[in-house]
Amino acid sequence: MAIHVESHSAVHAHDDHGHEHEHHHGNFWTTYIFSEDHKVIAKQFLITGMIWALIGGVLSVLFRLQLGFPEANLSWLKPVLGGWLTPEGKIDPEFYLALVTMHGTIMVFFVLTAGLSGTFSNFLIPLQVGARDMASGFMNMLSYWFFFLSSCVMFVSLFISTGPAAGGWVIYPPLSALPQAIPGSGLGMTLWLVSMALFIVSSLLGSINYITTVINLRTVGMSFTKLPLTIWAFFLTAIIGILSFPVLFAAALLLIFDRSFGTSFYLSDIYIGGEALPNQGGSPILFQHLFWFLGHPEVYIVLLPALGITSEIIATNSRKPIFGYKAMVGSMLFIAILSFVVWAHHMFVTGMNPFLGSIFTLLTLIIAVPSAVKIFNYVTTLWKGNIRFTPAMLFSIGLVSFFLTGGITGIFLGNSAVDIQLHDTYFVVAHFHLVMGSASFFGMMAGVYHWFPKMFGRMMDEKLGYLHFWLTFVGVYLVFFPMHYIGIAGFPRRYYTWTAFETFSGFADLNMLVSIAAIVTLSAQFIFLFNFIYNIFRGKLAPTNPWNSTTLEWTTPRLPGHGNWPGEIPTVYRWPYDYSKPGAKEDFIPQHIPYSETPESNLPHENDQIKLQFGDKPL
Amino acid sequence: MNWIIGLGVVLVLAILYMIFRIGSLVEVVRGKKDEPFSMSWNNINAYLFMAFMIFGLVGFFWYSWEHYGTYEPAVASVHGAVTDNLFWVTMWITVAAFSVIFVVMFWFTFTYRYDKNRKAEFFADNHKLEITWTVIPAIVLALLIFKGLRAWNDITGPASKDAEVIEVVGQQWLWMTRYPGVKDKELGKHNYKLIDAANEFGLDLTDKNSFDDFKSLEMHIPVGREVLLKIRAKDVLHSVFLPHFRVKMDAVPGMQTQFKFTATMTTAQMREKLNNPNFNYEMACTEICGRGHFSMKFPVVVDTEEDYQKWLSSQEAWLKQNPDYLKYVPAELKEAAMIKAGIPLDNLTTVQTASN
Repeated sequence: MAIHVESHSAVHAHDDHGHEHEHHHGNFWTTYIFSEDHKVIAKQFLITGMIWALIGGVLSVLFRLQLGFPEANLSWLKPVLGGWLTPEGKIDPEFYLALVTMHGTIMVFFVLTAGLSGTFSNFLIPLQVGARDMASGFMNMLSYWFFFLSSCVMFVSLFISTGPAAGGWVIYPPLSALPQAIPGSGLGMTLWLVSMALFIVSSLLGSINYITTVINLRTVGMSFTKLPLTIWAFFLTAIIGILSFPVLFAAALLLIFDRSFGTSFYLSDIYIGGEALPNQGGSPILFQHLFWFLGHPEVYIVLLPALGITSEIIATNSRKPIFGYKAMVGSMLFIAILSFVVWAHHMFVTGMNPFLGSIFTLLTLIIAVPSAVKIFNYVTTLWKGNIRFTPAMLFSIGLVSFFLTGGITGIFLGNSAVDIQLHDTYFVVAHFHLVMGSASFFGMMAGVYHWFPKMFGRMMDEKLGYLHFWLTFVGVYLVFFPMHYIGIAGFPRRYYTWTAFETFSGFADLNMLVSIAAIVTLSAQFIFLFNFIYNIFRGKLAPTNPWNSTTLEWTTPRLPGHGNWPGEIPTVYRWPYDYSKPGAKEDFIPQHIPYSETPESNLPHENDQIKLQFGDKPL
Repeated sequence: MNWIIGLGVVLVLAILYMIFRIGSLVEVVRGKKDEPFSMSWNNINAYLFMAFMIFGLVGFFWYSWEHYGTYEPAVASVHGAVTDNLFWVTMWITVAAFSVIFVVMFWFTFTYRYDKNRKAEFFADNHKLEITWTVIPAIVLALLIFKGLRAWNDITGPASKDAEVIEVVGQQWLWMTRYPGVKDKELGKHNYKLIDAANEFGLDLTDKNSFDDFKSLEMHIPVGREVLLKIRAKDVLHSVFLPHFRVKMDAVPGMQTQFKFTATMTTAQMREKLNNPNFNYEMACTEICGRGHFSMKFPVVVDTEEDYQKWLSSQEAWLKQNPDYLKYVPAELKEAAMIKAGIPLDNLTTVQTASN
């Protein structure tokens, strides 16, 4: 009860704060650039994320050109790539590695972490828990600008003469520590580390805000058990981020020491470039442990928000409550906890103690159980629904399909004995691009289509959305499904070409198919871009609640201003999934409708709550 | 060329824009603009999902069936047969689960598409169902874990005493192997600080076990006998990958790693089996290591025991190939070193004078 009272007063304190703000109108700079409004910051994250997604996508098409058409003459790219092309018009092998590295870094961190969490945690947390803004608008603003700064540094690193970091997105030392080993480990790597340090600061500032807001600024009646699954997902994601990103920071810091100050945390017994280095006693394996202690939770940092968004969209568009709300929350909690104890499944064949491998096999396969539960719950939510295929719904169904297809291959890779052969082959590439990359990307797309009306007050075009979805959905499958076959055949990752080996001489046809599909998929994103940009300005005006949804953000005006609700913040009386309730007049009852107004559809225990309601809120 | 591509892109965009404009104009004329969403499109999407499910599954099964038996490189090791078996057991289980869920999901998507005369069922919870689909995957996974861990423990367990020890060293961007030599069958010590242009292994010549060690640019292994690879790297991480033997282990600077396996088929037998007289076993690198990562090919030959012994005794000790390095051998061991390395003893005096 004490907590309840506290949150009540906190809301009111913030209430006044919000009203204060309405009195002074900011200029262009304070409204759009250095804004402290969570909705503007969310859009800043979204647009920066989209630019990065485009860059990351173009990089991937560049290296797919090399892999799919190894004989092609790419001199027509000379104006863009310049010296990174060999005189024969091929991509330089070192630049190829840089492309792979930057594609991974950009997609994992800048698009699917900042672009996804940054956008939707910022946009939805205050709107869905019923708050005027984030707990600290200033910290929130800083979070974006640290990300912007980090983006600038990473972007600059693409254009330096020694090239960007090229040791893989996992930056394993000694390769990433020694410029003698690869030119990208010179200035490029320094910029990578600086950029990541800034990124981690941004991520922590954001996460602290998300957690604080969810705990303290929920509106009256919004107990944790009434939170939409989106908020649960963002909340748990933020907790994972706070616990794991500092470890990456530590790993990066020690790497900086090794690179610049002659320490030997990760280096030992190295003979390179005709000389024996003085470093002794360090361990490259230590770095891998530290890196994956972030790296694995990072997978869930990327995935959980997408799953949260999907839960919301599938329930809304099936016109059904999400099946097993408690099981959904429980499985996310379980996944969040387990995500911290499975990291070494990335390291089965690194020479780590095999006994450790046994433990991590066990823990890794356990995490498959809550993941399976989530899939079953999504499928059951569709059962006997009344499904409306909005573009957001299409992308959500696509996500579940990818999550299933890619998740199932995790059962192979998590089993250390099977992983021996599959580790670092295209099987792994297929696995994580489906389960984490494409699934999260689809979650992000679903979110954009679903909340665009609340973000910009206008509607996106549905038909272009359908076209975008079908091209992307089929495209993604054509890109990543064939990679399973290529991987089972043993083709290693990060290979510039496989022609050196007889064992890997086949599959030129599949590789070409993958590359063509990648180009088509990337092109399809321009349909989305057009749809997005055009409709920000010219789209049909959106109704306040276009999808007949139950959550609080749809009770705000068409284009919510600073403070989100012009009047009082609505009070919450029910869970967010009262869709198609038997007896109800409409097929949805929003969270702010008290049970006393819906006697026709109340369940017995809900009638009991009416008494409590009246105790809480005098009529 | 650039112009053509640029023009093409502009044209495609223009066409898309026109379609989009015409589409919305037609809608305005029909007065449909205010409808929340279009029923016909809803049905089209539902049918497309059904088509996707059917074509997707048919494509998957057709391609998999068409190429069945040709996916993995032919297996040629004892533990490889075990892990392959585990792989296929996992495959059958997961493909069955995948197909069922995939079909059910898209079937629901299709069947329960919007119909304004129907109301969705308010179905929020069912503990029995939830417990069932938590417990069943848990049991299946437990079986896979059990099977997997048994295989893993066998594979990573200690090698037998009479295993053939071979050292594999990775560097940018080639592999080298070092054999312990037929006389002492022990690898000599090494130290990275002793590495130079000729002494690529950093052989420590004060250790008498190093005298008969020899280098080979081709890995020969005997069939049917356990081989223990001792793996290290000189500069950055590399990873030993022997696709046919299902062997993979990182090469780490500063830390020795190892992997034991038993080959089951000689190169000749495999050539016969695959009906490919040019077949060769290969070793590759699977840990990103720089510019030449994709080119670290190392030939591997599996011999019959007899051929293997013959090959072993035909190899020259490293010390014999680099007699200058005798000067690093302590004086009292010099004679033993020459005998072990197979250097004619009449050179002893000359060498001694030279080093004095």
